[in-house]
Amino acid sequence: MNITTLAFILLSVMAVGSAIMMLLSKSPVHSILWLIVVFFAISGHYVLLNAQFLAVVNIIVYAGAIMVLFLFVVMLMNLNADTEPVKNYRMQLIGVISGGALLLVILSAVMKMDIQQPVQMKVGDQGLISNLGKTLFTNYVIPFEISSVLFLSAMIGAVVIGKKD
Amino acid sequence: MNNVLQIAWLLPILPLLGFIINGLGRNILSKAISGLVGCLVVFASFLLSVFIFIEVKNGNSQVVHYFDFLNVDLLKIAFAFKFDPLSSLFLLIITGVGFLIHVYSTSYMHGEPDKDFAKYFAYLNLFIFSMLLLVMGANYVVMFIGWEGVGLCSYLLIGYWFRINDYTNAANKAFIMNRIGDLGFLIAVFWLIAKTGTVEFDQVFSAATIAKLSATDITGITLLLFVGATGKSAQIPLYTWLPDAMAGPTPVSALIHAATMVTAGIYMIARSNILYTMAPVTQGVVAMVGLATAVLAATIALKQNDIKKVLAYSTVSQLGYMFLALGVGAYTGAVFHVMTHAFFKALLFLGAGSVIHAMGGEQDMRNMGGLKKYMRTTHLTFLLGCLAIAGIPPFSGFFSKDEILAAAYVHNPVLWVIGVITAVMTAFYMFRLYGMTFLGKFRGSHEQEHHLHESPAAITFPLIILAILAVVGGWIGVPKIFVHGGHRLEAFLEPVFRESNAITTKHEITHATEYMLMGVSVAGALIALIYAWRRYGKYQQIETSPKGITKILENKWYVDEIYNSTIVQPLRSLSGFFNNIIERKGIDGLVNGTGKLVNYGSRQLRWLQSGQVGAYVLLMVLGILILFIIQLFL
Amino acid sequence: MDIKAYLVLSLTLFTIGIIGVLVRRNAIIIFMCVELMLNAVNLLLVAFSKMHALSTAVKTSAAYAADAQIFVFFIMVVAAAEVSVGLAIIVMLYRNTHSVDVNFLNRLKN
Repeated sequence: MNITTLAFILLSVMAVGSAIMMLLSKSPVHSILWLIVVFFAISGHYVLLNAQFLAVVNIIVYAGAIMVLFLFVVMLMNLNADTEPVKNYRMQLIGVISGGALLLVILSAVMKMDIQQPVQMKVGDQGLISNLGKTLFTNYVIPFEISSVLFLSAMIGAVVIGKKD
Repeated sequence: MNNVLQIAWLLPILPLLGFIINGLGRNILSKAISGLVGCLVVFASFLLSVFIFIEVKNGNSQVVHYFDFLNVDLLKIAFAFKFDPLSSLFLLIITGVGFLIHVYSTSYMHGEPDKDFAKYFAYLNLFIFSMLLLVMGANYVVMFIGWEGVGLCSYLLIGYWFRINDYTNAANKAFIMNRIGDLGFLIAVFWLIAKTGTVEFDQVFSAATIAKLSATDITGITLLLFVGATGKSAQIPLYTWLPDAMAGPTPVSALIHAATMVTAGIYMIARSNILYTMAPVTQGVVAMVGLATAVLAATIALKQNDIKKVLAYSTVSQLGYMFLALGVGAYTGAVFHVMTHAFFKALLFLGAGSVIHAMGGEQDMRNMGGLKKYMRTTHLTFLLGCLAIAGIPPFSGFFSKDEILAAAYVHNPVLWVIGVITAVMTAFYMFRLYGMTFLGKFRGSHEQEHHLHESPAAITFPLIILAILAVVGGWIGVPKIFVHGGHRLEAFLEPVFRESNAITTKHEITHATEYMLMGVSVAGALIALIYAWRRYGKYQQIETSPKGITKILENKWYVDEIYNSTIVQPLRSLSGFFNNIIERKGIDGLVNGTGKLVNYGSRQLRWLQSGQVGAYVLLMVLGILILFIIQLFL
Repeated sequence: MDIKAYLVLSLTLFTIGIIGVLVRRNAIIIFMCVELMLNAVNLLLVAFSKMHALSTAVKTSAAYAADAQIFVFFIMVVAAAEVSVGLAIIVMLYRNTHSVDVNFLNRLKN
């Protein structure tokens, strides 16, 4: 059991455990915090795969910006544990069961696959920012530009929706 | 004039046109116009038939082909007309007698409202059209079209006064019994197609095709065709509709149930004569049934009191004679009797109609009497008709009936004896009718007596024409012992029956025997005639209720009641069973149950559209799950 | 490291996200579970990109294996935009109905 595998298992446990805790906690603020932990774990996975740029971007964008936005909204609405609505028990059970069934089905299909190639971990220069940048600005320039338009429209949309009249 | 056959298609089209004009215009045409249209088209058809007859007499028989109904791999059914001695003779009878009856009807039905009057003539024209198709058809299919058509028109005309339930029941009875016969006809045609692949007369009757049929085939086909004939021509067991059909107007009874439709069966068998000659078993059956019917109907007629019912049973009896003739192979005799019967029976019915008209609708002979002095023309013509049907020489009935009896004697003397007895009964009941109606004192009420008058010219003119025909019509069939080179009818029809005659062995009877046969039957008829004349000439109503044999005869041997209990009631209860159990519970339950199921299901499905987003997502997930399962594992 | 391990991990996280959408009633939490799903997919994409890094096709063009990571980049871009608009909508809903309960928002009925 080398260090890589150990790290992988540790990070996976952290990710899955935090996700489940996110589901189970009553207070929305706690759920958000647990989700942030999940994002950290996933960034850890990215580091393990040597996708350095993505690891950092994940932290900055997801954990740093998006989750903070969520927190703002939750605090704006003053939601806490006792205002939280709860779905009735039967629907919860059905939800869990169907989700579990989906997981089982896909997993069983996946397990039959016969893929020989291992995953390159810890080394490799695809994740390096120079390579990514090169690919981005030669092959994918147009989507890049369009994504800026997307942001513009999102901003305008958010402002328009949020207007008080 | 050999172009006549080119325009022969006009022959059925003209009455059809009359039907369409009168039928569609019944609300706007006046009685004069609809009557004129009705009579004129039939007269035009009559003229055409005369020309066609002349053409055929000159030896120009042919089949005129118009188009193909059906032309598949091995089966070809054409729409074609066959003009030969047999069909041209029947054409003359149908259009000639039909025209006279149309003229008669214009006066007889003048009491009807305008649109019913037009309706009547429309139906009558349609009947002529169908009958023409039947007779002119060059194959069994076209004949069957006409066959069905006349059955339909019979139903329409019997139930003409449809507001009276009894009449519509009678119409139903006629149609249904006809239908039973038609089933036999159809099966025979199917059998024929299965075995020979054709229905055209010329092809079926050729020696080559007949060789393809086994003895069982021929017997079966001819028997089934005969079943059809029993329905249409009112033989045992399908005859009970004919007396009830007297519910229709009298001209209808004259045309359909005396002169034309009922002879369709005879025509069909005469046309298929070669098949029958090759099936002696069927011929025996035909003769037996014909004779039995003749006897049965004559016995019933002895004790009927309604003038039209006597004539109806007389028709059934005479038809029995015709079938007897067919059964012993005397095809010419049968056709001859059809012709003379058309004349004198139509005459008798029309005369009865004239009497009924004068009596203001009364049909019971017990209330008539002494009409001789009030209705001279009707009386004279009616007397001539009675003499003809009784078989008194030199009237037409004598020659045709004698021919049949002679043929029966040759075949089997027992048949002859029974035939003579029936002839005696015929003379008896006909003169009973004559005596009760025209002789003695008037037995009706006073208002009826005041109303008595001779009928107008439109009624008496056809009577006179038919009386002349009834007198002289037999002279074309004078047997050879009387006139050298006589029996022109036989010579005329010879091509039609040639092959049959070639096969049958001819037993010649000596002149002495023939004279003896004639003498016996005439003597018997005369004795019965005189006896009935004297007894019923002074008829006085006796108020005793009938008992014994009289009761059975008056109640028609209870045949209708037997049919009712053995066939009608079980069928009714069976259909009641089907209605209540299978229809109501089974099928309705199924259909209603489906409705209820859908209702229930939709109520459950309504919860899907709850508007809850969560539920939608759940369904999405479930859907994906199912899709994956199907995709990956199935 | 076998790719199957990453597959299992990613699928597990994805399923937890689905269960979260089905189980929770708070609109914001549901939104967050959607983010979790997106992240699970991101992880899988990066893992595949590293898997292809060792395949023979890459020896010819070095940029080949980086496509998946560019895709992850764009996913993040879209997620960010979507979150901003989505939260704006939720705030508006809260302003109108004073609740973030999805069961309350059944205007799609009928």
